[in-house]
Amino acid sequence: MNKVKNYTTVNQQNTKRLMFWTAAWVISMAIAAFAPRFIWDFNTTLTIIGVLLNIAAGLGMLLANRQYLIDLDEMQRKIMLEAMGLTLGVGLVFGLSYELFEDIKLITSEPEISHVVIVMAITYLIANIKGHRKYQ
Amino acid sequence: MKNRLKVLRAERDWTQAQLADALNVSRQTINAIEKGKFDPSLPLAFKAAKLFKMPIEEIFQEDTEDVEEG
Repeated sequence: MNKVKNYTTVNQQNTKRLMFWTAAWVISMAIAAFAPRFIWDFNTTLTIIGVLLNIAAGLGMLLANRQYLIDLDEMQRKIMLEAMGLTLGVGLVFGLSYELFEDIKLITSEPEISHVVIVMAITYLIANIKGHRKYQ
Repeated sequence: MKNRLKVLRAERDWTQAQLADALNVSRQTINAIEKGKFDPSLPLAFKAAKLFKMPIEEIFQEDTEDVEEG
């Protein structure tokens, strides 16, 4: 029963790596967004470095997520695929409708991309929980 | 699809975690297969057959209710 590559260990390592890169991306995003105004007074060089660091962290997060998905087993991958498919659909429909509502004066406020991201994140979370329950 | 995974595992006194480890999948996946909620892929079914040293059809059988008649 000995295995060289243990699924749980690999999954835990991938989860930790993904958490690290996600945290790095979020922190670097906060730095790129707020530091020019509050720390270095819009110094162009420092701002470009901040943005480049944010893009690099984003790339690291994408690669970590790719590896995480590759190393999932077939059932977990199916759950993820269904959750991501639903999230993409909801994001697209909600995002475009949200934009349209402003154009046709159904809402007065300017649509914010962050609102779409929040809806997508909640959809992904719910779809993941439902997916796991389905196979319990 | 029906399967005898739970019986075969119990005969060998293995836990779901041990079987999951041997097949390189999560324990949740073993649980779902045993309960008939998830059908494994052909490679995973062959892997299980190899592990139990049995022909694949002795572990996995088609569910007659699922088979289209005619």
